[in-house]
Amino acid sequence: MTDNNTGETMTKIIFDEMYCKGCALCIEHCTKKILEMSDKKTSKGYSVPQVIDPEKCSVCRMCEQICPELCVSVQEDKK
Amino acid sequence: MNPIGEKYLRKSALPSIWCPGCGSGTVLSAALRAIDELNIIDKVGLVGGIGCAGWIPVYINADVMHTLHGRTLPFATGLKMSDPQRKVIVFSGDGDCLGIGGNHFIHTARRNIDMTVILVNNQIYGMTGGQVSPCTPSIAKSKTSVFGNPEKPFDSTEIAKAAGATYIARWSTGQPIQLARAIKEAIEHNGFSLVEALSQCPTQAGRVTHGMADPTKLLNLLRSNTISVKKAQKATEEERAGKLLIGTIYNNDEEIEFSDSYKTMVARATGSE
Repeated sequence: MTDNNTGETMTKIIFDEMYCKGCALCIEHCTKKILEMSDKKTSKGYSVPQVIDPEKCSVCRMCEQICPELCVSVQEDKK
Repeated sequence: MNPIGEKYLRKSALPSIWCPGCGSGTVLSAALRAIDELNIIDKVGLVGGIGCAGWIPVYINADVMHTLHGRTLPFATGLKMSDPQRKVIVFSGDGDCLGIGGNHFIHTARRNIDMTVILVNNQIYGMTGGQVSPCTPSIAKSKTSVFGNPEKPFDSTEIAKAAGATYIARWSTGQPIQLARAIKEAIEHNGFSLVEALSQCPTQAGRVTHGMADPTKLLNLLRSNTISVKKAQKATEEERAGKLLIGTIYNNDEEIEFSDSYKTMVARATGSE
């Protein structure tokens, strides 16, 4: 997320591939619709989501809170 | 894994047993956030029954009892009475809590003993193969009602209120922020608290009842069948018909709690009052 468009903060959304089961609940519940399913597969064969546009993230943490496997973490990196 | 999971989960028990898209994990996440906000992980006593929802406390690195099918509330009552300082939180499914343990549910609510019951309602017996549960809607198809369920479903909040519970809320797993807040309020409440979490079951209820396994569509379907407490006050009978209330349904802080009144009784009987 760009804080007041100054570019001071950058949000990282990390998907833990060890636990992700590819249920896509985070993708559908993202308020900014910036997540999509990637072609990448976990070791168990589940697809993992990816972030299309991290700049647009408003850090509502909906993806983090709805994830049934607690594998999504939203990190606000301050530069 | 997110920081809350990193802090509280038993890594050795993971990954979870749940199917992809199951709502039980969202309830686990909401409960952990409520426990984290109150900072009571050392004081909790978590009780789980049998079934998908009964597995929720097993993943939390705290004091946990994994009990018999339907008997979560008797175990939890014993725990609370022997250690009244403990914050007892019960995780139970609809079949576990209202079907097999239905009688215990009524009597525990009647005593108004201080505990939080998180009822994960996925409207079916998921783990045992998709049999009809007390919360399966009428006409819904399941493995044991192939022509549609001829029975009427239970409304757990109405039963709890009639039996004597003093905090009742219902949210769906599609509203994790409100769900975590309700769990927090329920833990803080001194008395029997029920938080019902409407949850999606993509494998059994999804495929057999609704003919689709997409967790998001199932969650939207569940939510379309609900009405908020505020809206329901203004809505007509027709608009409310067949819909489940969502929100804080009942909150009464004035009733006497059981472990307190029992302590007073013991003091009177032993003459140490």
